[in-house]
Parts: sequence; structure tokens; C-alpha cells
Amino acid sequence: MTESSWQVWWDYGLWLAMMIGWSLLTLVGLLLIVAYLLLMDRKVWAAVQMRRGPNVVGAFGLLQSFADLLKFCFKEPVIPGGANKGVFLLAPIATATFALASWAVIPVNEDSLGKWVISDLNVGILYLLALSSLAVYGIIMGGWASNSKYPFMGSLRSAAQMVSYEVSIGFVIITVILCVGSLNLTDIVNAQKTGIGTHAGLPASALDWYWLALLPMFVIFFVSALAETNRPPFDLVEAESELVAGFMVEYGSTPYLLFMLGEYVSIVTMCALASILFLGGWLPPVDVVPLNMVPGIIWFLLKCVFVFFLFAMAKAIVPRYRYDQLMRLGWKVFLPLSLVMVVIVAAVLQYTRVA
Amino acid sequence: MALTAGFFYLFAALAVASAAMVIMAKNPVHAVLFLILTFFNAAGLFVLLGAEFLAMLLVIVYVGAVAVLFLFVVMMLDVDFAELRAGFVKNAPVGLIVGGVVLFELIALFVSRGFGVGLAQNPGAPVAQMGREASNTQALGLVLYTKYVFFFEVAGLVLLVAMVGAIVLTLQHKANVRRQSIAKQVARTPATGVEVVKVPSGGSVIPAAEGRS
Repeated sequence: MTESSWQVWWDYGLWLAMMIGWSLLTLVGLLLIVAYLLLMDRKVWAAVQMRRGPNVVGAFGLLQSFADLLKFCFKEPVIPGGANKGVFLLAPIATATFALASWAVIPVNEDSLGKWVISDLNVGILYLLALSSLAVYGIIMGGWASNSKYPFMGSLRSAAQMVSYEVSIGFVIITVILCVGSLNLTDIVNAQKTGIGTHAGLPASALDWYWLALLPMFVIFFVSALAETNRPPFDLVEAESELVAGFMVEYGSTPYLLFMLGEYVSIVTMCALASILFLGGWLPPVDVVPLNMVPGIIWFLLKCVFVFFLFAMAKAIVPRYRYDQLMRLGWKVFLPLSLVMVVIVAAVLQYTRVA
Repeated sequence: MALTAGFFYLFAALAVASAAMVIMAKNPVHAVLFLILTFFNAAGLFVLLGAEFLAMLLVIVYVGAVAVLFLFVVMMLDVDFAELRAGFVKNAPVGLIVGGVVLFELIALFVSRGFGVGLAQNPGAPVAQMGREASNTQALGLVLYTKYVFFFEVAGLVLLVAMVGAIVLTLQHKANVRRQSIAKQVARTPATGVEVVKVPSGGSVIPAAEGRS
């Protein structure tokens, strides 16, 4: 081998090792965060219902999620006799994989070291949209492969629900993209450094972020994200009062764990997306000395946790929607509203943007 | 470059193999799942060509929406394979002719234009004209809304007509089906929605039927 070919192997090897390292770091961090967000979820519901919530395993129940993990892992996976075995096992794996794959493009910080992201894709937001639209496959495949009535009903519901709400999420993303002029997630955050607040002569602050400028879209995005991730009040896919547990009826043990993991990771992805699109990502709430000394990733995580808290509160205090009302909300309220907003935002930008 | 070539062969081989499985799979649901795999690999090939916008669009539109509806329909159909097999021999000549014509056209196209015409040299490729600095989303937008705006709008109109047609075909208001009026329900107040009835002890009162809805 010549010296240059060694160089090529060395470059590829280094690149590969770095990619694997970053990916592992992101995944491990993400899974740890998900474990504690799950606990937070349960604690929030408990507080709303004046219960204590999980408090037995570890101090304050801090190890509850890990105890649940071990419990799922040590149980026997049961595959129903009439199930289509391959698809039955593929479904939870697909759900978890698609959910985790989203985190390849989510930037968590940008500083003098560069962008804190595994893959700085220039169509990052489309990638996220694509992966969130793939989440429906895990549910459909699981429901069908179980070869049972309730799972099938659940998967039919989910297919219609998730496809419907993707439309409004798409339009919300389009309005943000119109304001930014880029599909790159880092650019979307950086575009929020200036905005309403700075135009009024204030220092860079939370007023610049798009939640204020695009408030109706933020609301639509939040509600659509609840529907897209099958969270209450839109959890008709697994409505226990009607469908037992929806598409997950026949699942147990590790396959169920993977479904659960995929669901929570996609919720966290939606939280991250909400904080990137509307809450200024890793930007500090006010750009003054003690606040902008804090590393950006801390702000990013705080914003994600805040959005997750809203998700948890929505589950705790809102009763479940009826299915026809859900469809009405998606198609007859959100779709026209977001279409009109796209037109308005485009018109405003056309007439105010300085070339 | 070696890496790109490796990925090309991976995606291309998987695309061809899964496309073959689409027509060979016994179970129609498996066939649709293989179709989805084919779409994925086509998207991978788009990414290798530097057309990441098209790749994402392929996944969002075809995998995320169209194939979901395919799967939706195929799952609910009860396909009888014996019946399908019976028609195979009868329809095989027609299928062979159609397939043969398409194959002939493709071969003729490549023989006349040559296999060597890459995307970069192809004068029809809009991205190549813009240079490397424009992202391909930008390049596509610039030609789509200027040079090809007529085709773009017409395509949109055709889709709109198809959508309106589908709605017209399926939407029907039956006379004796009670429909829900959300506005009416929201407008209800305690005064209109509740009727308080004083029941004398030992007696009974039948509330007026028209007061409730």
C-alpha cells in the first residue's frame, strides 16, 4: 500500500470513529433523558391528581424507569399464534429506530467549537418531517401483524390521525421556513437572534423568538404534535376505554418496551422541534451577562423540558377527544387556519423584507 | 469516492431486490412493505446524486402518505390468491407485451443518448447550472417558480380537480341521518340545555320532549 492510500483509510477511519462516538453520546444522553422524563411525566400526573407517584425505587423514585426497563427485559416475549411473525417483530424495531434516527439532525448548541450536531443536513427539517411521517408504519404494521381486532382498529385510527395532522405540521413548518429562508435547523435557531424585540430597540431576548411572531402557529404546532405522537387528549390509537390498548394489545416484554421507547423518543423529538422552531433553541432568554454565560445546551434542554411539561399537563387535565371531533379539528380547523397563515406570513414577508 | 460507490451498490442492489420482491411476495401486505423499502433505497440514491431535497420529498410524499394509504387499503382487502393465480396465464401475454415495449424504449433511449451522460454534464439538470454554491432546494425553487411555473400550476390544478372529484363522489348527505352541528352544540347554554322540573311528591312529570335536543 502506498502512503496516500493509508492516508485515505486513516481519514475514513477517523471520520467513522468520530461519527460512532457522537452517535453513541447522543443516544446514551437521549435515553437517559427519556428515562427521567418518563419519571417526570408520572410525577406530574401524580401531582395533578394529588398522589405521590412512583417513590419506592431509589430516592424519590429516581430509579423507577430503570426498574421498569429491567422488568420488561426479563419477561418472555409472547408472539400470538396467528400473528405474522416477521412483521410483528419488525414493527416495534421500526418504531424505535425511526424515532431515534431523528436525533441525527437535531442541533443542541452552537459555539466557537462549531455546531453540536451529528449531521448538519441542509434539509434537516424535511428529514425530521419525513421521519415523523414514518412513525405511523410501526403502528400500522404492529396492528395488522397482531391478527386481532382491537390492534387492527387502533392501527386504522392511527393511520388516519397521523396522516391528517402531518398536513398541519407541514404548514406550520412552512411558515417558519418562510421567515428563516433555510431548511437547516441551525439556521432556523440563528434566525431567531433578531426579531420583534430587536426591531423595537431592545436587546436580544425571548421576544425575538418565533413563538411571539407566529403565536397561532405555535399553538397549532403544539396541538398537532400531541396528535402526531398519539399523546392524550388524542391517544385514540390506544384508547383503553374503547380498544383495550390499541395496536399494543398483543405486545409484551421487549417489543412493548421498544414501542414505548419509540413513543417517548418521538415526544422528546417533538419537544426539541418546538424549542428549535419557536423557542429559540439554545439562545438564552435575555442576552445579558449571567444568562449568556450558561452553555447553550442547558437552555436547549430546559426549553425541551418545559415543552414536555406542557405535554404532561395536557395529558393530566384534558379529557380524551372523540374520533370524529379529532378529524374535524385536523381538517376543518387547523388545515384552513394554517393555510391562511401561510398566505398571510408570505404576504407580510414580501412587503416588509428588506432585499 | 470509494464510500459513495459502495453506498451506490448497496442502495441499487437493495432497490432492485426489493422491487423484485414486490411482485414475488405471496402476501400483498409484504409486497407493499417491500415497495416502501424500494422507495427508501431510491431516496438513498437521490442523496448520493446530491438531490437531498428530492430524496426527502420522496420519503415524505410516497412513503409517508401514499404508501400508508396503499397499506391501509391492502390490509383491509381480502385478496383471494387462487383467483389471482387463475388469471395469470391468461394475462401473461399482455403483460409481456407491455413490459417488452417499456424495455425496448428504455434500451432505445440509452443507445441513442449513450450511457456516459452523467447528471453533471446533462444540460437539463438545473442544479448543475446553478453551480455548487446554491443548495438544491434553492435551485429547484428558482426553476420551478419561473421557467416551469405553468407546468407546476397545471399539475397543482389537476391534483385539485382529482381531490374535488373524489369528495364529490363520496360525500352524500342522507336525509334521515342525524348529523352533528358543532356550532349548535357550542352555543348551548344552561338555559337552553337543561330543563329543571319540579316533581311533586307522589306524582310524576313527563318533561316536554321538544325542549331537549
